[in-house]
Amino acid sequence: MSTLTVLFRQMTFALAFLAAMFTAGSAMAADPIKIGLSMALTGGLAGNGKAALLAIQMWADDVNAKGGLLGRKVQIVHYDDQSNPSTVPSLYTKLIDLDKVDLVVSPYGTNLIAPAMPVVMQKGMTMMSLFGVGVNKQFDYDRYFQIMPLGVDSGYAIPNAFFEVVKAMNPMPKTVAITGADAEFGKISTDAARDIAKKMGLKIVYDRSYPPASVDFAPIARAIQSANPEVVFIAGYPIDSVGLFRAINEVGLKAKLVGGGSAGPQFAAVKAQLGPMLNNALGYETYVPSEKMNFPGIQDFLKRYQDKAAAQGIDPLGFYVPPFIYAAMEIVGQAVEKTKSLDQKALAKTMHENSFPTIVGDIRFAKNGEWTQPRMLMVQYKGIEGNGVDQFRDPARYTVLYPPAFKSGDVIVPYR
Amino acid sequence: MEFPVELFINALIAGILLGGFYAAVTVGISISFGILDIVNIAHPAFIILGSYIAYIANQRLGLDPILTSILVLPLFYYLGSLIYQVYYLSFEKRGQEALRGLAFFFGLLFVTEVLLILVFGVDYRYVQAGYIDTTLRFAFFDLPMRMVVPFIISMVLLAGLQWFLSKTFTGRAIMAVAQDQLALSLMAADPIRIKRIAFAISIATAAIAGALLIIIQPVEPSVGREYIGRVFAICVLGGMGSIPGMIIAAMLLGIVESITSTFYGPSWAPAVAFGFLLITLAVRPAGLLGR
Repeated sequence: MSTLTVLFRQMTFALAFLAAMFTAGSAMAADPIKIGLSMALTGGLAGNGKAALLAIQMWADDVNAKGGLLGRKVQIVHYDDQSNPSTVPSLYTKLIDLDKVDLVVSPYGTNLIAPAMPVVMQKGMTMMSLFGVGVNKQFDYDRYFQIMPLGVDSGYAIPNAFFEVVKAMNPMPKTVAITGADAEFGKISTDAARDIAKKMGLKIVYDRSYPPASVDFAPIARAIQSANPEVVFIAGYPIDSVGLFRAINEVGLKAKLVGGGSAGPQFAAVKAQLGPMLNNALGYETYVPSEKMNFPGIQDFLKRYQDKAAAQGIDPLGFYVPPFIYAAMEIVGQAVEKTKSLDQKALAKTMHENSFPTIVGDIRFAKNGEWTQPRMLMVQYKGIEGNGVDQFRDPARYTVLYPPAFKSGDVIVPYR
Repeated sequence: MEFPVELFINALIAGILLGGFYAAVTVGISISFGILDIVNIAHPAFIILGSYIAYIANQRLGLDPILTSILVLPLFYYLGSLIYQVYYLSFEKRGQEALRGLAFFFGLLFVTEVLLILVFGVDYRYVQAGYIDTTLRFAFFDLPMRMVVPFIISMVLLAGLQWFLSKTFTGRAIMAVAQDQLALSLMAADPIRIKRIAFAISIATAAIAGALLIIIQPVEPSVGREYIGRVFAICVLGGMGSIPGMIIAAMLLGIVESITSTFYGPSWAPAVAFGFLLITLAVRPAGLLGR
């Protein structure tokens, strides 16, 4: 074999190798951006978890239809955490170490987000958090961002909105009853409510928590009635909220204002079951179908979500959680595009320094990862007849009492 | 300080009503665990299945949840019969019912829960019936029909079961099977058949308990887990295998919970109720009416 032939063969090999490398490089460039998360698809939080996952998948489909992020498709890698906090650390370790996800998003809800934090922090990941109340207070992690519109002092947002309504009443009530479920969210809310009430000079005539698994709430309603408060602040979960509102109506509790902090009336099924019992009750909402909240893209999103929700057996209205989850993913996407990188530190910096237009309005994050300004709505329900779900699509069913920028009417008293 | 008599009487009534509901939820466990010694930890999942069937019939056909539960009793009976047959052949016959049988029922709990999620979704479900939003008021006390109706149905169910277990041959055989299978065989009764019937009855009661549950509160697939500890505690407190003992235990637990909630704070209710259970068992290890 001549030297020339050997040289020719070597050059051919080198070219083939280079071509193979180039092709492999192209393939790598086309690999999807993996976004990992655990989600409550079974267990007590599955109602919101499944709705959240649907919103995340809708965002991924929308992004992929437009060509993806940084020219790469987006792939959602998710596992069911069964609403069980003990499953979360291992799932996030698996997502980061074995699945090699490029980005992480939190599970749904405070109790599930907290156990993900140590893993996420150890790996230095930037995390968009979905509906966590006060999680970063414990960790003070500078790559944590939270989508629920609670504001910097997140635990105070809901009770504060309730007591701002109380403060504006003329004459201002003097006595308050505070009750809530013995669990993370209930405790954070009632602690804040107690603090605010004391600062306002209100006399707390009833202040007791209850186990979320309680069946009959009549004894609680009667004990509150016997204390004769002018306003009643409640911070529970969906099933116990239904029980407590029913008991309040059965007992005939008389107060000027009732409600405020319960996770429950935000969901279509709870709204529908309580029906007229919600009339004049106060509840917090993240979104109501009012003209002032007609942000670009939200109507289109809700229509598409509602079309899919019925088939999946999840909240048919989807006002509370899904638009904000979609917005959270919009922020992740915009941050990646702005940063032009998946570098976690750079992403966190971008998210801290920019304002992000989303379907729930423009969002800017404070130093602790919460919204710079709280935007929890304190709403009074009215005009509810029967138990139909569709009536809750009507803006007239909600009077926004707080914050002033979204206010749509004045408070009506008494509750009963 | 004046003792609030009105509040106390209302708490007492609420406790009795609540106890009646607890009894309906527990009676299935009383039969399977108390009499047959089968740790059917999946029982609350069948109660939730009963709730979902009541929900579907109520939503689509407008049927009353209690009527639905009576109509589907035979279905639940045969489901129970089938489950016992699998349990018997796979575990009891081989003498492996202790730990593996428990694992089987744990599995059944999760499988039932996931099936409910797949079929019905995870949203909260509830039923409509005229009496649910009605409250009767007499002088200073009030009776919410949402609690009164489950109480009445529960008492009817329990009276029927007690009559069946104490007056009929099959019922007596069920009571006897836990004590001496051999003696039962000598009386020409097949112990396996009797146990199958008893287990089937225990599952059938879940249809009614499920309907009562969804009358009282909305349900989602995992809500049954909340009841596991409570129903086993009532069963043990009443005395294994004693239906009257179980009823008394359920009432006591309901009353203790209700009075504690009213006067000392609802958070104390489970601690006081279970403290009461511990004290009773310390004094009477066999339970209130246990032998």
